[in-house]
Amino acid sequence: MEIFGIPTALLGSQLLVGLINGSFYAILSLGLAIIFGLLNIINFAHGAQYMMGAFVAWIALTRFGINYWVSLIAAPLIVGIVGVLIERLMLRRLYKLDHLYGLLLTFGLALIFEGIFRDQFGISGESYEVPELLSGGVNLGFMFLPIYRGWVIIASLTVCFGTWYMIERTKLGAYLRAGTENSQIVQALGINVPLLITFTYGYGVALAAFAGVLAAPIFQVNPLMGSNLIIVVFAVVVIGGMGSIMGSILTGLGLGLIEGLTKVFYPEASSVVVFVIMVIVLLVRPAGLFGKS
Amino acid sequence: MNSSETFLESKLPLLFAALFVLGLIAPFAVYPTFLMKILCYGLFACAFNLLLGFAGLLSFGHAAFLGTAGYVCGLMVRDVGVTPEVGILAGTVSAGLLGWLFGWLAIKRTGIYFAMITLALAQMVFFLAIQIKETGGEDGLQGVPRGHLFGLLDLSDNIAMYYLVFAIFCVGFFIIYRTIHSPFGQILKAIRENEPRAISLGYDVNKFKLIAFIISAALAGMAGATKTLVFQLASLSDVHWHASGEVVLMTLLGGLGTILGPLVGAATIVALQTQLADSVGSWVTVIMGAIFVLCVLSFRRGMVGELQALIKRSGVN
Repeated sequence: MEIFGIPTALLGSQLLVGLINGSFYAILSLGLAIIFGLLNIINFAHGAQYMMGAFVAWIALTRFGINYWVSLIAAPLIVGIVGVLIERLMLRRLYKLDHLYGLLLTFGLALIFEGIFRDQFGISGESYEVPELLSGGVNLGFMFLPIYRGWVIIASLTVCFGTWYMIERTKLGAYLRAGTENSQIVQALGINVPLLITFTYGYGVALAAFAGVLAAPIFQVNPLMGSNLIIVVFAVVVIGGMGSIMGSILTGLGLGLIEGLTKVFYPEASSVVVFVIMVIVLLVRPAGLFGKS
Repeated sequence: MNSSETFLESKLPLLFAALFVLGLIAPFAVYPTFLMKILCYGLFACAFNLLLGFAGLLSFGHAAFLGTAGYVCGLMVRDVGVTPEVGILAGTVSAGLLGWLFGWLAIKRTGIYFAMITLALAQMVFFLAIQIKETGGEDGLQGVPRGHLFGLLDLSDNIAMYYLVFAIFCVGFFIIYRTIHSPFGQILKAIRENEPRAISLGYDVNKFKLIAFIISAALAGMAGATKTLVFQLASLSDVHWHASGEVVLMTLLGGLGTILGPLVGAATIVALQTQLADSVGSWVTVIMGAIFVLCVLSFRRGMVGELQALIKRSGVN
């Protein structure tokens, strides 16, 4: 079977890879958008925290025999707590300054985390076995689908839309949205805004770590896995604009798919296609697809 | 402007003269290659500081200009066979043109988005540098000859090369100094302090930002092209985002928005890296990160900035 002279199996598998990358872009840009909304900083350490999620899961499995399912909950919690400490001890002192200092601080933190893990584990990368329940694959007729990859897409979409629901439809989310609009008035209404900020940062970081655990069995667990990804995610965020939660999710997924298609039709351009789209969006719609100017 | 600032300003020519003499005699006391590295990164950081310190624009992609100019200069000198000064000029011009393009795109947004856009554009340059045949991929451009300046002076001698680098640094530094102390520089500062007000005064803010960006990019390129000749190598690490982060760190550590801060910061970081490289290995990244965190949390004025504040406090008139 062929479409446009491309075997459907190849097209299907690249679209699947695109969808998986897109799920990671979606989770990561969602976390960045939530943090940016309330704290007004760009969390440069997001990629490092994603990497830490993967490493916590890997260490748990290889050193302590803790299985994937426990790690899927525990690793985001652990890395999220690290995030809470970062917010309480460092970021808190920068809110009154230019927002760029938040970017610089988290950049420094990213270097520290990356350096420590590189010193401990080298850069060759470690592999993480696919959990037994999700190993193997199914033949869809036109292509072969490894079950784990299907699970990654389902799990990340569930978390993304769950987060969307929490922010748009629950009371906690209402506080969060109000805090994003005007935190002083929300504080005056008796809501503990500093706590809300801490929780938000912790949650955003936990999302990154969750993506890291999901990624562990697919990619090599490598100290540099996050920094290579995060810059693409920055471009995703510029394309989508950080104004809308749903916008972040859809932009992430869409760009992953486009990247996958580029790999089929013009492989040389696949590493830069997201950046090229960013340039086009900047020219046509500088505020981003879902952004408020 | 209060009296202590006037005091500092009035002593500046004296300080510059002292530093100039120091620069002239330094290669007889210190290893010239080490000094050349400091001067190249110093110029790179000064060019970056023109943008962040004086126009308030945080570019997180300045490695693109350093690296591109390095590649262009290396290719021109090694494969086309031009003389070194032409190579450096070609590198500078190419970085300026790239700066024009990137600046034009990035100033469509402000603040954090500006930083992310410059970072993403620079990453695109990095990926292109890996893929294109001419840049040598992972190996980079090796064996770039230093050649003869104007076809006459042999630069393979380290002392001769040093004086060329020193001259280039002085030219670049002078351009930056003049830019800051011109009416153009005053308008940049006005934009940094209050952009809406600058707009309401009738200034075409984006035009000023773009020109500042181009000057900064071109000078960063001049530093990169010179660096390629010094080390006879243009490599991927010069276009990597680590290099973009390093120049931010140098500027921050030395003193954001001070004229000499970036040079001091560059010298400190280069010296630190040289010292640490043998003893601690991959902990260098951790230490750089820790300095970053410390600077942001409690040392935001940087070394030169703190010194100025100290002089001010001690009330010298």
